[in-house]
Amino acid sequence: MKCKLALAQINTVLGNVPANLAKHLELIDQALAQEADLLVFPELSMTGYLLQDMVPQVAMRPNAKDPVFSKLLQASQKIDLVVGFVQEDERNRFYIASGYLSGGEVVHVHQKIYLPTYGLFDEGRFFAWGDSVRAFDTRFGRFGMLVCEDFWHASVPYLLWQDGADVLIFSSASPGRGLSNEPLVDSARWVDHINRAYASMFTTFVAHTNRVGHEDGLHFWGGAMVYDPNGDVLARAPQCEETVLFCEIDLNQLHRTRTRLPLLRDERTALVQRELSRILMQDRRPSGR
Amino acid sequence: MIDLSINTKLATQILSNFIHSEITRVGFSRAVLGLSGGLDSALSCFLAARAMGSENVLAVRMPYRNSSQDSLDDAQRVIDASGVNSLTIPITEMVDPLIERFPDMDNMRKGNIMARARMVVLFDQSAAFNGLVVGTGNKTEILLGYTTIYGDSACAINPLGDLYKTQVRQLSRDLGVPQAVITKPPSADLWSGQTDEGELGFTYEEVDRLLLLLVDERYTPQECVEAGFSQAFVDEVVRKVQRNHFKRVMPPICKLNNRTIGYDFLYPRDWGT
Repeated sequence: MKCKLALAQINTVLGNVPANLAKHLELIDQALAQEADLLVFPELSMTGYLLQDMVPQVAMRPNAKDPVFSKLLQASQKIDLVVGFVQEDERNRFYIASGYLSGGEVVHVHQKIYLPTYGLFDEGRFFAWGDSVRAFDTRFGRFGMLVCEDFWHASVPYLLWQDGADVLIFSSASPGRGLSNEPLVDSARWVDHINRAYASMFTTFVAHTNRVGHEDGLHFWGGAMVYDPNGDVLARAPQCEETVLFCEIDLNQLHRTRTRLPLLRDERTALVQRELSRILMQDRRPSGR
Repeated sequence: MIDLSINTKLATQILSNFIHSEITRVGFSRAVLGLSGGLDSALSCFLAARAMGSENVLAVRMPYRNSSQDSLDDAQRVIDASGVNSLTIPITEMVDPLIERFPDMDNMRKGNIMARARMVVLFDQSAAFNGLVVGTGNKTEILLGYTTIYGDSACAINPLGDLYKTQVRQLSRDLGVPQAVITKPPSADLWSGQTDEGELGFTYEEVDRLLLLLVDERYTPQECVEAGFSQAFVDEVVRKVQRNHFKRVMPPICKLNNRTIGYDFLYPRDWGT
């Protein structure tokens, strides 16, 4: 089976949901014209990133009763969508969320698990921490979705892999940092390395969509990428420019790669569980959150 | 090895996008900057011209009566090479009445008055030209506090604020800043023969290497000494960075109520744009 991906490497208007919705609908038309099957937007694509005290004002609930979300659900009748938004739950906690929409339904919502609150980041001040990792079924097979810092931790893509995800959809609003004499900033090089590593080690597809533009002094570097289960780059968007990256993936590649390299078959999950339990419990190591 | 070199193509792309984004998102399309004849303002001018188009940039020369002719000439070279609009507005008649009231005024006070008079001219021209003031301060001088608060540090956006002087030089060479501007010793040009490095007591190249370790690489002062810098030099630079921090932050507001600007009323500058 084949699936034509469209990765929307866009800028957003900070805190202006109607303006961002209009842009989403425009790009949906563009992706439909190119006969894409799935259009992926970056982290917080409906709101912008550096929200601070704007968070409660831009939050939404991912269902048809929400006037903004209903428009996205309607559009998902024609094309599968991944959108980034601020989710307010029933008990008024705010999450950085990524929603997979298809056939007018919300198929899955991922709440960002790792909120960077160090260096230039202050997410933990404004958002609640997501607390679950789940793969989910789509019409193209089983997928996993993560948001930015989530995939800076190797355990999270690993869990999705073990939960059956064969296509990992990563979305980011990653600010560039670390200018040297290399052609990419350090953060861009790092993300490229780890995403290629996940595709290679887990023999999965990895599609990463990062936004572009500036907010205050932060710049978002773009560089959308698709890696196949061999760890090869199938498509690569330019740095720092708005664009939509189209890339058809052939899901039969999973069969070919995993026949050659049965890393998934041979993974010793019971050993991982046993040893991790011992490390965390018997040695009384701090287990974090 | 301490390596300050940067990819100038990438830096140019990011900084041009930054200038364009920050000016246009608030409804402007033009930039104004002060051109001293020195390297920092020359680079800001070239970047602003690249970002906004040279016809949308106004460079203002603001000499005092004892400013050197070389500075004016070098500023003209930058205007010619970058193709931007220019104005020359001498500040002598603005500042002399104040300076003359205090016959014992030292050079630092005079220099600060001149820097603030230039700020007044620039912000007035920004209204007249309908543009935003693009700053020219680099990371080295911001960290060392070698700047006049509400004077040359005043601006709407500051594209060079995360580039050390050494990196400003490298980027300037690649963007075609005239050679005469790149090679001459950096100077605030407040009196004849003044140079930054003479006044600071060390070279930018030396201090940039130290600042890179202290700030970017998070070395402790002791680790910098172990890396080969003299104890006295490290102590002096650490002291300057700390003592001048007040120039880098907004004046503190005393918290009284439940929600206070700066503490728990938090919005980015680009709020809603």
